[in-house]
Amino acid sequence: MSRHETLPTRRGGAPRRVGRTAGGSGVTGPPRPRIARRAGAKAPARRAAARGWFLLLPALGMYIGFVVWPLFMGVQYSFYDWNGVGPATWVGLDNYVKVFSDPYLLGSIRNAFVLIAFFTVIPITAGLMLATLIRSLRPGPFSRASQTILFLPQIIPLAAAGIAWSWMYAQTGAVNEILGWFGLGWFARPWLADYGTALPAVGLIGSWVLTGLCTVLLLTGIGKIDGSLYEAVRLDGAGWWREFFTITLPGLRQEIAVLMTLSVIAALSSFDIIYTSTQGGPGRATLVPALSIYRIGFTQSDVGLASAFGIVLMIMVLLCVLPIQRLSKAGDR
Amino acid sequence: MASTTGRRRRQRAAVASIAATTGIVLAACAPGGNSAAPEPAGDATEVSTELTSEEITLTIADETGFPATDELAEEFTRQHPNVTFRINRDTFQNLTANAPRLLASDTPPDLIRLPTMGDTVRDGLLANLDPYHEAYGWDAWSDSQLAPLRMSEENVRGSGSLYQLGLGYSVTGIYMNLGIAEELGIEAPPSTLAELEEQMALAAENDVLPIVAGDKDGVVNFVVQAAMNQFADQDEFMAWMFNEPGATYNTPGNVEGAELIRAWADAGYFSDDINSVDYFEFVSRFSEGGGLFTFNGNWEAATYQEALGEDVTFFLVPPVNEGDGHVAMGAANSFSVAAKSPHVNEVAYFLNWIHTDPTARQIVVDVTGASPGGDPALPMPEVEPGSLIESALEMAARIGEEDGQVDFMANTTAGIYAGSIIPESQLLVTGRITGQEFVERVQEFYEGEVGTR
Repeated sequence: MSRHETLPTRRGGAPRRVGRTAGGSGVTGPPRPRIARRAGAKAPARRAAARGWFLLLPALGMYIGFVVWPLFMGVQYSFYDWNGVGPATWVGLDNYVKVFSDPYLLGSIRNAFVLIAFFTVIPITAGLMLATLIRSLRPGPFSRASQTILFLPQIIPLAAAGIAWSWMYAQTGAVNEILGWFGLGWFARPWLADYGTALPAVGLIGSWVLTGLCTVLLLTGIGKIDGSLYEAVRLDGAGWWREFFTITLPGLRQEIAVLMTLSVIAALSSFDIIYTSTQGGPGRATLVPALSIYRIGFTQSDVGLASAFGIVLMIMVLLCVLPIQRLSKAGDR
Repeated sequence: MASTTGRRRRQRAAVASIAATTGIVLAACAPGGNSAAPEPAGDATEVSTELTSEEITLTIADETGFPATDELAEEFTRQHPNVTFRINRDTFQNLTANAPRLLASDTPPDLIRLPTMGDTVRDGLLANLDPYHEAYGWDAWSDSQLAPLRMSEENVRGSGSLYQLGLGYSVTGIYMNLGIAEELGIEAPPSTLAELEEQMALAAENDVLPIVAGDKDGVVNFVVQAAMNQFADQDEFMAWMFNEPGATYNTPGNVEGAELIRAWADAGYFSDDINSVDYFEFVSRFSEGGGLFTFNGNWEAATYQEALGEDVTFFLVPPVNEGDGHVAMGAANSFSVAAKSPHVNEVAYFLNWIHTDPTARQIVVDVTGASPGGDPALPMPEVEPGSLIESALEMAARIGEEDGQVDFMANTTAGIYAGSIIPESQLLVTGRITGQEFVERVQEFYEGEVGTR
């Protein structure tokens, strides 16, 4: 999470300053004395920087060893036809061509985007509503209890949630039983075995898990909004809706951006819920990229194709998440 | 302005040079071993049928829920105290996914459960058991039982050198709930496929589910393949499962079998929620009297017996015409010896002991319900008369006599079951695709996977 947040800022910010000082073209007068001052304190500064890098080494080593290097290897594998053990043959971009020409793999990407609706839109909308409601409650045992209960799904492992929900969605499961109570027995079906309902049903498991996180984070965000803003807008005669759109929503932009980032990543790279509830079925109705990658890499032992699809998935996630980051940063200025 | 374009140019140059170096590095050092298959250690050590007198520990990598290895190891240590065992267990899926990497590691398990050999033979990871086949006289064993455990240099199963042996050899068939059958007025198990269909139709008319099956994890393919087996040319079907060049799944017999399944699906012989029923659910539904028939293997004989007592029988899938030979899926609970194992002689001794020692054979039958294999002339272990396990052993013997054993199509390639057979069969049993489409799609996936080798 912090990686995604800090990377773009560092990249965007640092070089710009270097460029301005190095250029020093009269327009920017003030920097000159600063450069002079720096030159005077050069040696100690360099020593401090060296010490900084030294202290950074362990973390940097871990980051390079466990993130950068594997990523590099993944890119490398993606250009080979390799079963993970034997000799590998260079195939150029063949694996990437396969990713974009296999209808089943493309179908799994489409399913992942459908899941965004369930992992991102529903939980954040529900979270906003619940957070505003809880905020309007008088602080006390009831508000504390509701927060705790809402957050509970978050502490359950996704794999366990997938299994529990697949029982509830079964023909004789809780969902159909409850429908029966309301005279909706005709609507009952094996939700995960029905081609039309399987993907939404799986998506709702994600909504259920993520709503708690969204509510709690948004509630903290609301707590940070200056109370006088609410007083001011109320003095101006604003109602609940006006208050929500003028004060609450803009004030929560940062939190919403963080939640969107997290949940979009969760949707696009979802694996455990699908793996434990439907395994991609019925047919390929709930097949998602992460499950395909796992199968191609570990069952079919086609490490090259699996890596290529993994890289494509990573780029896809970045393409979706970076604009969200930009949006939240743009809102700051 | 000039400085910005300059910077951009510099950046572009940097990016280009990084891309170029990366490209060179990527192309220069290919991942994995570049050389041909390493010389297996098994060939280096001299083949011996004498058990060592040194203190050694053999490691076995096995799936969870398969206690036979525990009991066999315990008995072996009792008979030969200098040999002890360390058994590591993982789930079937994890174990099969990790097997090639385990075998390639510096300290591979000596003996490993390996359902599909895949590329492991070509990569030189498995010990060739041919020398032991000769030394121990395994040529007296059933050829059709050992054929699927062989692999040629061209990665084709069914011929070539022996790389695996079974801890028990399974057989599949139909279990029938006799209580329900009696209520329906059915007196005996069907002797032809047509009779089987009549009995299923009778069940459906009386609101009894004809076939208890599940397909969340592909179990319905016991039924799909059982139907295909009755129409397909056995050799042709086996050639495909063994990945012989040019072999195809798209044969008239396979299509006919698949179309029959589609017809059964349309007639409502499967439950509506079949695609959300997994293996355990499917077994427990039949145990609780959920339907007339179920297609499964000998390994559930004890479970069904315990649940249904006298009210259940087990028989081979009937042929199209009365008196025709039976064809049934069966396979070894296959284990391989790591090529890098320093104890190939000892593991081979252990494997031979499992197939020949009376106590070991008894353990295999008692724990797995599967036939112990080995020399058919050896006496069969004792089982309870009239039990399902007894029927299973008789069925296995009959299939052996009629030479009607075929492998499971799920074992055709490493990825075909999860990647194609399961999703396509889910579409087939819910009437989404025809039998012809099913066969074509599976063949297309097969070509993609075998073609990449």
